[in-house]
This record gives sequence, structure tokens and C-alpha cells, in this order.
Amino acid sequence: MPIDPHYETVIGLEVHSQLRTKSKIFCGCPNIFGAEANTQICPVCAGFPGVLPVMNREMVNMAIKTGLAINGTINNFSVFSRKNYFYPDSPTGYQISQYDLPIVEHGELFINPEGQSKKRVGVTRIHMEVDAGKSLHEGIVGASWVDLNRVGTPLLEIVSEPDMRSSEEAGAYLKKLRAILRFLEVCDGNMEEGSFRCDANVSVRHYGAEEFGTRTELKNLNSIRNVMRAIDYEVERQIDIIENGDTVVQETRLWDANNNSSRSMRSKEDAHDYRYFPEPDLPPLTIEQSHIDDIRARLPELPDDMAKRFQDEMGLSEYDAGVLTASKEMASYFEIANQVVTVAGKKNAKATANWVTVELLGRLNKNGLEIEESPVSATNMGKLVALIQSGDISGKIAKQVFGFMFDDGGDPEQIVKEKGLKQVTDSSAINSEVDQVLAAHPEQVEQYRGGKTQILGFLVGKVMQATRGKANPAMVNSLLKDKLG
Amino acid sequence: MFSDPTVLSISQLAESLKKRQISSEDLVNSFLERIERINPEVNAYITIDRAGAIKAAQDADNRLDAKQGGPLTGVPIGVKDLFCTKEVRTTCGSRMLHNFIPPYESTVTSRLKAAGAVMLGKTNMDEFAMGSSNETSFFGVVKNPWDLTRIPGGSSGGSAAAVSAGLGVAAIGTDTGGSIRQPAALTGITGIKPTYGRVSRFGMVAFASSLDQAGPMTKTAEDAALLLQAMAGHDPKDATSIDSPVPDYMASLNDGLKGRKIGVPEEYFATGLSTDVASVIEEAKKQFQDLGAELVPVSLPTTKQAIPTYYVLAPAEASSNLARYDGIRFGYRCENPQDIKDLFTRSRAEGFGSEVKRRIMLGTYVLSSGYYDAYYLKAQKVRRMIADDFKAAFTKVDLLLTPTTPDTAFKLGAKTDDPVQMYLSDIFTINVNLAGLPAISIPCGFSRDNLPIGLQLIGRPLDESGILSAAHAYQQATEWHTRKPVL
Amino acid sequence: MSITADTVKHVANLARLDIPADEVEGYVEQLSQILGLMDQLNSLPTDGVEPMSHAVEMLMPAREDVVVNSDARDLLLACAPDTEDGHFRVPKIIE
Repeated sequence: MPIDPHYETVIGLEVHSQLRTKSKIFCGCPNIFGAEANTQICPVCAGFPGVLPVMNREMVNMAIKTGLAINGTINNFSVFSRKNYFYPDSPTGYQISQYDLPIVEHGELFINPEGQSKKRVGVTRIHMEVDAGKSLHEGIVGASWVDLNRVGTPLLEIVSEPDMRSSEEAGAYLKKLRAILRFLEVCDGNMEEGSFRCDANVSVRHYGAEEFGTRTELKNLNSIRNVMRAIDYEVERQIDIIENGDTVVQETRLWDANNNSSRSMRSKEDAHDYRYFPEPDLPPLTIEQSHIDDIRARLPELPDDMAKRFQDEMGLSEYDAGVLTASKEMASYFEIANQVVTVAGKKNAKATANWVTVELLGRLNKNGLEIEESPVSATNMGKLVALIQSGDISGKIAKQVFGFMFDDGGDPEQIVKEKGLKQVTDSSAINSEVDQVLAAHPEQVEQYRGGKTQILGFLVGKVMQATRGKANPAMVNSLLKDKLG
Repeated sequence: MFSDPTVLSISQLAESLKKRQISSEDLVNSFLERIERINPEVNAYITIDRAGAIKAAQDADNRLDAKQGGPLTGVPIGVKDLFCTKEVRTTCGSRMLHNFIPPYESTVTSRLKAAGAVMLGKTNMDEFAMGSSNETSFFGVVKNPWDLTRIPGGSSGGSAAAVSAGLGVAAIGTDTGGSIRQPAALTGITGIKPTYGRVSRFGMVAFASSLDQAGPMTKTAEDAALLLQAMAGHDPKDATSIDSPVPDYMASLNDGLKGRKIGVPEEYFATGLSTDVASVIEEAKKQFQDLGAELVPVSLPTTKQAIPTYYVLAPAEASSNLARYDGIRFGYRCENPQDIKDLFTRSRAEGFGSEVKRRIMLGTYVLSSGYYDAYYLKAQKVRRMIADDFKAAFTKVDLLLTPTTPDTAFKLGAKTDDPVQMYLSDIFTINVNLAGLPAISIPCGFSRDNLPIGLQLIGRPLDESGILSAAHAYQQATEWHTRKPVL
Repeated sequence: MSITADTVKHVANLARLDIPADEVEGYVEQLSQILGLMDQLNSLPTDGVEPMSHAVEMLMPAREDVVVNSDARDLLLACAPDTEDGHFRVPKIIE
């Protein structure tokens, strides 16, 4: 979206990611999504009198992993605090969170926005906290309902520096962060189900200005696309305000995806005064350096490292490597396909990458599918590329085969066999087809011999047509040339 | 067998129960009968669990018959009404929880029940344990069995009155700023507050989480040792529970006082001590010397800061702990709430009594933006200094000896309109909670108007054995703890 | 620091306590009195003193990531003043 070139956009993002622990953060209730209301609760998460929280070890480990993956400092000493506020879906009347001593600080991640060079975005802090429940309103007459299943789901709040300058950068940041969390297997990154939620702090300022403008906080952004749309909308809104000589009000705004607009959340009756204080039920968290080193040693390969490997070892472009490491599923799809091609003795990572990023992703996008929903399995994708590499089918036939595979599934080798699509490389078979074509088109033969050599393409096409594309085009070419002398 | 088994201590009863000279069921019935007769006067119990008690007594008798009983098997006790007890109403002395029946059990009561103790019922208390006189209970004031016109102390006033009046062999209390020791002193019984973290807080309705600690209230130090043995120990459900083995308190009970250094902090004797308390404590000090202890004058310079420090920190924690009482999931809800805010504000205003509201207001204020540093953070720093003062004293002495309270039990209603005067009555007990130390109060004499006076022994962290054996030695040589009120 | 009627109303709102107008003055008086007691802390120098938020210095224990609870919905809902169809029921919440 074109933005007034006199203004610079400043964006910081706060991401809440639900961690995939088996049990909740402070009690042994299952940490699962989508269960029947209030069936995943116990006195502890439901905030009953007299109960106490006990920390889930895995939560801490996941926080450490995430901190290390974004190159952050893991604090050996961190503290939990209570954030006090009343809300029906917060059963204790406070949220256990981290305030002045979070577990991770000073991280960074690198984004590759489309068509731009790599950029660093600072991560101010990551802290651990507990998720709230849900209030249900729609379709309930004269009341709201409270479902506490989600209370106690472990959350990491990941706060970026205000380092992003466009909605594209914000989108790229979220994609990269989500990829990292998925590579680490700590969060499934599903924005629609709320396991990866984002609030955006947006302000604008005149180019060259030192000070930030007044920011607004955007909420209810349930997809990366909505984050980007909401930011663009907000930037325009703020510029309009400033251009009209008014001032931007610091407030929280709720994005309405259906109407593609935002509205101010009824300004809270009381200014927030969360009365943070150290959680007396939880002693400070101390983490041994050796434990951090241990986790570091067992970190999986992360998107940036993998992309670098794809470039260095496979000769892929930076762009392709970026696309193929955008998610764990994507990367593993490519690696399996590439492995099949390699095992077939036709190692060609570039060709494999090309087929995955162009043909496959093109079709998936068109059908609104994710890589993990691809009707073409990674193994079959690899087999298809191997068939091209071995000369068994032409690129053109391969696209046809791919179409069959995408629509009906199946093994490309089998499809080629069943449909008789194997390239004809037997020169005697091609020979007779060539002879027939030449006999059938004396006029064109005449023209060629008269010097109009570009007519060759027409004749090649006729042969290919006659062989239903199976003839090896190179052989057809040379045979025709020979015979036309 | 006995003319009145309700006057006996746990150790005396255990022997008879073991020998099957008396059944637990008969014993429980004797107590239930006495409760029926005397409780209306004293108001020590909020809920009597007659059926549960008899059932538990029968189970205990079966175990005793099979020679499988322990020292607590079949022993009837009262439990302060802030321990969550499965299927038995737990009110915390509040309208807010007047109808709350927990579907879970506190660690303390489950351990006691596992050890065979029989719960007679739930004892009265100041609302949410906030009070020093047991006058703030939604279920009515508790009266001091020694003088029914006087307060029994608080907040475990019902437990104290129950033991003192023979309405339970012993009782369980909790102590946030003196709530076991102060009522124990004012009703002439023994009460111990263990080291913070020694006894699990799971299932104990929280007042001030960094100060709350449960403990037994008994007729003797020996009984306290027996009960504490069953209550203490690490609990994985409480992250602040201390993970270290519990010593055998009975094994060291007779260690005696010879050669032990007992510090006497001068600040506790400076001003405000009534003449009766002063002279009785003076006598007790001599007794300790006679028993072989060496008395050493020590100084705890921050003593006077304890009250303001406590009344910043405890209400701050309480204001947050009590936020869960919002009328949604349990407890009191106002009639016809107009909207969600109305539901919150009226349920809370109607469900809480005035002292609880006062402390919530105070705690909210000291944590609120602009005041946190001046009050809360400052108080946290002073708390450290108070703890350091004790640490320094314990490099020179093994125990500290002080009066438990500056005066004997006051008249009902005497301080209800003056919160500051009320708060000052905890002056000798509060700093022990701030420092997390163990302390015991034992009877050490009577005032001229025949009201009990208590003496406090404070120990090093986790030295419950030390204060129990010192108290036991004193009780072996004196008979103050055997005196009973006439009802 | 002095307490005013506005302070009391503000704090009551934060604490979600409905305080009738005729009780506000009483709170002003009592809270002022109690805070007066606390102001004596200011006379004590505390520079460089580490704040103490737990009674005993200890490390945070952690539990293993194991599911141990079974469904307690009905037991817990039975404690609630108002429920409907497996939910806690509250007055309509308007965003």
C-alpha cells in the first residue's frame, strides 16, 4: 500500500505464544485446545481458595530454548510477579507474569521481507505468564458464560523493539518468529486458534524526526494478513489526523476484519494500575548456567542456519532458501523431496527447489492449502523431479503429471507408466513419425529448404503432437534437421 | 474409666486409646456432648461435623483394635475454619464463604487425618484471619473461656478457646502475625508457629502468603510436638514448602535447658508492658535460669518497625489474595447484579466484613501507582533489616525469650473502633513472621485478675526441636499449663 | 501522604469494593490513621538494603510436565452461585 512518503511508520509487536507443554503452567490439567467448556480445570487453575501454583519445568525449558534461538540473554535469576486486575475470565483476580526481571532479554531476529534485504529486529524481552480463560457472549440471552479451560495455558510474551518500518516488515517478523517457534516445537503458531497472538504498537513520524509519534495499540489481529491490513489502516488514519492538524490519541484500538477498519476500545474507566508485586507463592527462579548450556547444545537447526546450509551446500538462492525454511513443514518437505532426487542418482537441489517453490506452492496458494495439506507427498514430488532429471519425461509432460498428482494423488512413476507418457527416445520410432510429418507437409518442407528455417519449430510441434508429447524434443530436432538436410 | 476424658492431653489419651481403656468413639461423643453444652457460650466452633467425626472415630477404633494406631489415632481435634476440608463447609469466618464446601482437602488436614486424628469440626476465627481478637467473624465473636466478657485473641481464637475450654484435645491454627501465639497466650494454652515453609500451605485459605504458617494449639509442648510431627514436611503442591527432612521432635523433647543460651531482647521490655505481664515474665526468666539456661541480654533494634512493616506487607498480599472472591465461581454473590462490575463490587462489599475491607483498601493503596516505593518497597527493605537483626542475635544465643503479648486479654469491644490500638497488640509476635522464624507461646502465669499470661520462645530457622524441648523443660517444672478455666 | 475522599474512591474502584458515599469519610479517617503509623518507616535509612519478598530464601522448585488432573468440572461448578450448560454464568459482559 502506498504510504505518504513524508512519513515514517514505526511498529513494535507484542506476541503471545501458547507453549505446547502437556500440562498447564501451574497445575496438572491437560494443556489442550478445543475441549468441552470447563472440562480441563481444577481448583488451582480455577482460582479456588487456598490452592497454590507449582511451576511446570518444561515451560521454563521452552522459554530458555526460545531465548537462545533469538540470541537473547537468559537471566540466571528471574522473578514472577502478580499483575492485579479484575476480569471474569481471570479467576484469581491477578495474572502471574514476569515484570522487572524476565527470563530473557536483549534478543534479536532477522527478517527477509519480500524484495528487500535482510534486516535485524531487536527483541526487548521474553517473559513467562499464564493465559486467561474465555468469556462467551454470542447467542446467550441476558448473560455471558465463562469457560476456564484456557486458564493456565503457558504463555511466552515476546516483545519486539520498535524496529519495524512497514506492515511488510511486521508480517515478515511474525513469519520468522512463528517459524522459529515451530522449529523449536514449542508453539504450533496457529493464529486463528489463538496459540500465536499479536498486538501491534503503531506510530508515525515525519522522516528524520528523532522522537517517536504517539502510538496506538492494535488488538484482535487474528492472522498475519490482518496484522498487516490493520497496520496499513492505522498508519493512514494517523497520517490523516496529523495532516488535519489534530493529534493522535494514545489508545487501544480493536481491529474489525469484516469491515476492514478499527475502533477505539471504550476507554477503560480506570487507568491501568496493575499493582505489580513479587508473587509470594513462587520463590525466585534460578537457572544454572550448565542447564542453559545443555539446552543450547540440544537446540535443533533453526531457519536461518538451515537457509544458510541450503545456500552453501546446495547452491540455492537466498530467496529460495528463505522460502523453503519459512516453516518446519516446508523445510522438511523440501528435504525429503531432495533426498528422493539424490537417492535416484539425479541430485539437483535447484531443480527440486524450483518445483517446490514455483509449481507446488503456486498450486497450494491457489487452493488455499498449507504445505502440510499438500495432496502431493514430498516423496512423490522427489520422484517427479527425478523423472525429469533422468530424461524419462519432459518438463512439459512433468507439468501434466504434476496436475494428475495434485488432483488425484498418486505416484508419478505409475502415472507415467499408466498413461504411457514416458518420453520416446527410441530413434527408429521417432524416425517414422518424422517421416510421416515430412510427407504430410510438403509445403513447409519446401519453405524450409528455401531458407525459411524458422519453420522448423512448426514441424517439431507436429511431431510432438503426433507422439502426444512423448518424443524427446532434442532428438526430434536433430532428426528433422538431418532429413531436411 | 475417666470422670472427664476431655481434660487430658494427647499423650495421656493416646496411652488409654492404645490400651483400649477408652474407645475413640466414646471419646468423640464426650467431646461432642461437651461442645453442645459449652460452645453456645464460647462460640469456638462454626461447624460441628458430628457424622464425620463419629465415622472417623470408628475407623480409628478399628485401627487401634488391630494395633495399627499411631500417637494421634482416634484423637479428637478442632481445625481452624480456613483449612479446606473436603465436603465440610469452610467459611474462613466470612459471609463470603458462608456456603463454600470445598471439593478438595488441605495438606495439613489430610496429613492429620492420615495420622488418625479425628476432626470434630471447624473452629471460629477472625474473618480471613484478619484480627487480633476474634471479633471480626461473620459467625459471631469468640469468648475467652477464662472470662466470657473478654476476647480470646485472634485470629485463631476459636481454636484457642476450644482447647482452653476442653472442646477438643487440641486444635490447628494459623499464624500470620501472631494468630496462633497471641490467642494461645490469652487463653492459657501452648501454640507453636513453625518456620515459614515447614508446614504446607496448600489448601489453607491465604491471608498473606509470605507470612502465613499453620501450627498446632495444644495443652502441652509435648502435644505440640506430636501434632507438628504429623503436619510438617515437604509438600510438592506448595512451592514455598521447605524440602528438608523433619527431625523426630519427640526424640529431642527431653534435651533440657542445661547450657543453653537464651537471649532476652531489651526492646521487648522497654515500654508498654503491663506490670502483671512484666512480673510474671520476670519469674519465668528465673525459672529458666534455675533449669540451667544462661540468660543473655540482646538487642533487636528494629523491633518497633515490625508493626508498620507488617501492616504494609500483609494487607498488600491480602488485597491480591482476596481478589478471587468475585462472586463468580464460589461463595457469596449479591442479588440481581446489573452488570459485571456491579457483580464484583457489591458481592465483595456485601461478602466481606469491615476489617477485611479496610485491609484490602490499605493493601491496594500501598501497591498502587505512586505509592509502591514509599510503602511497599520500603517495608520490604525494613523486613530484611528485621530478619537481619534476628540473624545477628542468633549468632550469640540459641533461643530468644519474650512476653507473647504486652497485656492480658482485653474486654470484648474495647478496641473494635480503634484499628491502630488493635494492631499494636501484635507487637511481640509480628516480627517473628516477618523473619520466618519458629516460635512457641506457653502459659507462664496469671494476672492478678486470674487471666493467663504467655511467654514466647523464638528459635533459629527450622529449630522447632529447640523451642519445643525448652518449652517442655519449663512445663515439666511448672504447672501453669495444667490450669483450666471454670465453665 | 494524605488520604482524601478521592483517594478512597479511586482505591475502592481498583479493589472492586462498593463503598457507599456515607462510609467514605470513615475510610479517609481510618486509613489516614493507619498510614500515619506507617510513615514512621521513613525515618529508617534503608539505602542499599535488598528488599525481602519471601520469608525463607529458597529456589523455585518445579514439577514434571505430567497431566495428573481428571475432569473436575461438575465438582467445581457445584460451588458456583450461577451456572448454565457447563459454564459459570455472569451478567452480560459488554466489550
